[in-house]
Amino acid sequence: MSSTKDRTPRGPSSPPEPPETESVKSNFSRRGFLQGAGAGATVLSTAALLTEQEAAAAPPPVTGPGAVEISLNINGSEMKANVEPRETLLDTLRNHLDLTAAKRVCDRGTCGACTVIIDGKVMYGCTVLAIDAVGRKIETLESLSAPGHKPHPIIQAFVNNDAQQCGYCTPGFVMASKGFLDRNANPTYEDVKKGLTGNLCRCGTYMGIRKAVLEAAQELKTGGNRA
Amino acid sequence: MPDYSWPPMDKRQVMGKRLNRLDGVAKASGKAKYSSDLNPNGLIYGALLTCPHAHCTIKSIDINEAKAVPGVTSIRVINGAGKEMQWRGAEIASVAATSESAANDALRKIKVEYDILPHLVKEADLSKVGPRARPSGEQVTGDPDKGFSEAAAVSEGIYGIPVITHCCLESHGQVVRWSGDQIDYWPSTQNVSAIGGDLAKALQVPVPNVSVDMQYMGGGFGSKFPADLWGVEAAQLSKESGGKPVKMFLDRATELSIAGNRPSVFGKVKVGAKADGTIVSWQSETWGSGGMTGGGLNADLFPYVFRGIPNRKVNHTAVSLNLGSARAWRAPNHPQQAYITFSALEDLAAKLRMDPIDFFRKNMDAVRKDFQPTYQRQIAKGMELIDWKKNWHQRGDSGSGQWRRGLGIGFGTWGGLGHDSKCRTTINPDGTVEVEIGSQDIGTASRTMIAMVVAETTGVDYTKVRVKLGDSHYPTSGASGGSTTTGGVSVSSRKSAVNALDKLFERVAPLLNATPDQLEARDNTIRVKGDPSRSMSWAAACQKLGIEKITEMGENVGRNAAKEGLITQGVAGVQMADVSVDIETGIVKMNKLVIVQDCGLVVNPKTAESQAYGAGIMTICAALMEERITDQTLGRVLNADMEFYKLASINDIGEIVVHMDIHPDMDKRGIIGLGEPVAIGGLAAIGNATANAIGVRVPSLPLTPNRVLAALNGKGGLA
Repeated sequence: MSSTKDRTPRGPSSPPEPPETESVKSNFSRRGFLQGAGAGATVLSTAALLTEQEAAAAPPPVTGPGAVEISLNINGSEMKANVEPRETLLDTLRNHLDLTAAKRVCDRGTCGACTVIIDGKVMYGCTVLAIDAVGRKIETLESLSAPGHKPHPIIQAFVNNDAQQCGYCTPGFVMASKGFLDRNANPTYEDVKKGLTGNLCRCGTYMGIRKAVLEAAQELKTGGNRA
Repeated sequence: MPDYSWPPMDKRQVMGKRLNRLDGVAKASGKAKYSSDLNPNGLIYGALLTCPHAHCTIKSIDINEAKAVPGVTSIRVINGAGKEMQWRGAEIASVAATSESAANDALRKIKVEYDILPHLVKEADLSKVGPRARPSGEQVTGDPDKGFSEAAAVSEGIYGIPVITHCCLESHGQVVRWSGDQIDYWPSTQNVSAIGGDLAKALQVPVPNVSVDMQYMGGGFGSKFPADLWGVEAAQLSKESGGKPVKMFLDRATELSIAGNRPSVFGKVKVGAKADGTIVSWQSETWGSGGMTGGGLNADLFPYVFRGIPNRKVNHTAVSLNLGSARAWRAPNHPQQAYITFSALEDLAAKLRMDPIDFFRKNMDAVRKDFQPTYQRQIAKGMELIDWKKNWHQRGDSGSGQWRRGLGIGFGTWGGLGHDSKCRTTINPDGTVEVEIGSQDIGTASRTMIAMVVAETTGVDYTKVRVKLGDSHYPTSGASGGSTTTGGVSVSSRKSAVNALDKLFERVAPLLNATPDQLEARDNTIRVKGDPSRSMSWAAACQKLGIEKITEMGENVGRNAAKEGLITQGVAGVQMADVSVDIETGIVKMNKLVIVQDCGLVVNPKTAESQAYGAGIMTICAALMEERITDQTLGRVLNADMEFYKLASINDIGEIVVHMDIHPDMDKRGIIGLGEPVAIGGLAAIGNATANAIGVRVPSLPLTPNRVLAALNGKGGLA
């Protein structure tokens, strides 16, 4: 099962992002993914080394272990929260900010129920520490609902195609679909199947999700776009 | 006596239409608040300390250090010194604290000493379970040995289906506040009307002191009926913490270890037939485990569906293991029985070099008589949808390439009679229609179906019907298990809506110069039947109520339901699978799964199909990848997480084709539950398709690469 999701969060003081690998560029072959993962790993270990050298020169300020006040840029607003450095972005959203669309299911980067978009990249909220999300642009599912507006085309497509049962995985799937469609506005059926493997559903709603994402792509192209 | 009967199939305005679920936008936009999403004022967090050993006695427990952790508001010892713990994951202590991290820190400071005791956590090899085996005793019908001696072909095989877990995405748990006499309880449950009573009993408080509210729940599949120990503990923690609300949901490892599983079944089966394919004799020795409580399965249920075999000998042995206990799992026992039965029968058909379709048709007399025409029709439909005639071949005649393709079939049956249910419908003077019912929507679209039934009855748009459920103050309705909800709530909501409408007819009939029985309600209008010119709008009619609303009850009583004709029970389903197997790597790939299912009158085909797709996908998970893996040395579940407890992704399921058997002969039976029957026949279909593709039986599910390769190398076993 390949995933195009970036599971390696970087904090505000991290080195610049490596160039996009094959896997991120929507070249969904397994070979491409494996090569991409290899390349990514190399870049990361270099990055880790650099960080260590920098750390030796000038130790970064220590945060914690107690709670600290941080400000997070979420859905275009600055939101303050008192969090411990060990708290994930997901738990911060849910427990401190009452933003509960993202769900906690596996809590270790497998199922995608906590999917958010950070600086334009689809990520698992459970694998990002809240303090590492400071200074980054965080989008949660709540951002897709504007008061007084029709439901976002992706949300409406999920409803039209009954792409949900219990609905607990659905917020993650909607955000993963948004990230996917942002990268790939003209997906084929095969693209959709390969592009959403980073999320899991237990009730078995995948048939509806496949159709929903294709419908949403169409709708976003033909004027439903207000994202 | 009011006329509650369903309008004729061709006259229905709402029921039978493909309509969107009413809470779809709320769920897909993240606005729907599941119990685990609730953050009431003053919320604190609960956590459980669970047993790290498969079997032990607690020697001592010390909570003093844990008490000192900042933020801790309460610590409770659930099982203290001297208690024997029977599985890893069993509850030892609970903590409440002002943050989740503080609660978890406190758990780590609880000092427990254990005396380790011997354990058993594996059951596939019956010769190694010793005194843990509890045979039910042999049951014999006819003369099986004589049957085998006269058979032209006898097939013997071993088959296995391991334990799988529910793996609900919203784990088991609740938010609960015990303040003064009042307990506010927000569980994740399939049982809104009765779970409050369950909690009250455990806490020894009067039932009315517990108020249950649950608007959304994230999956149960049969595992979420009782209040559970964690519900009781969370309530006690709340009380001990000064009445602050406590949120306590199981972490993923605990969820997969103790919050329910489906029992395993393994079996040795011998079955014989005449040269023309007629089955004459069946013999099965099966065993399995559902944890400490065994895995009691009625051996007499073998063989499944094809029950009328003249000579049978059956025996089932329950094995007690040091593992968390089984809970009902979508169609309890049926998927296992179907897998064992149809694997063994297909092996016999292959031995006879018969097309299994011909073989099962030849034996149709062994099936319950009223199901025979349904199965025959469903087989024909399934063959068409999977192109059986073109794609089926003799077992193993799948060419010489690396990828081998095969087809297989399996059958299912279920009851699905609607449960007891009460419902209250109110017509307000402003024209709004409210429906109150102590039921729950566990993802099956109950909310939407209730609205559709009431809309069909009153002529009001279904999106305007306000369905209020998930609250224990509403009229009592059954738990959502066993495919009983759609039938139950449809009858009670239909009756209460008819009763309320009749009252409205009495009020407005004189204004239309008619008698109440001459009126009908359609398209937001009340009008005289056959004379549409004499009509008034729904809003105008309701205005005539002045300040007085109409409130009427309706009730379904399961045991009386059949004679009323609104609902019934007993359905049949056929599933067929098309797989390709890579004989070099052992990977089984789904090409297509075909689901043909009867469920009587279909209220909403769109959401009904979702149920069937979902069951098909769950079936693929269990057939190809899903398995609770235990280790006897460590005495633990090795994959109590979602990395290694494998569920299918959106790219692992091939294509699924659902054909709901919608036509007048089925419709006239009334509503029958659907959730379980679609979750039965597919395992056998996929296993049989794999055997058809590679020429040998892979005895045990899931059909992982290592099992497939072992079978190809002649080493297939039950491990």
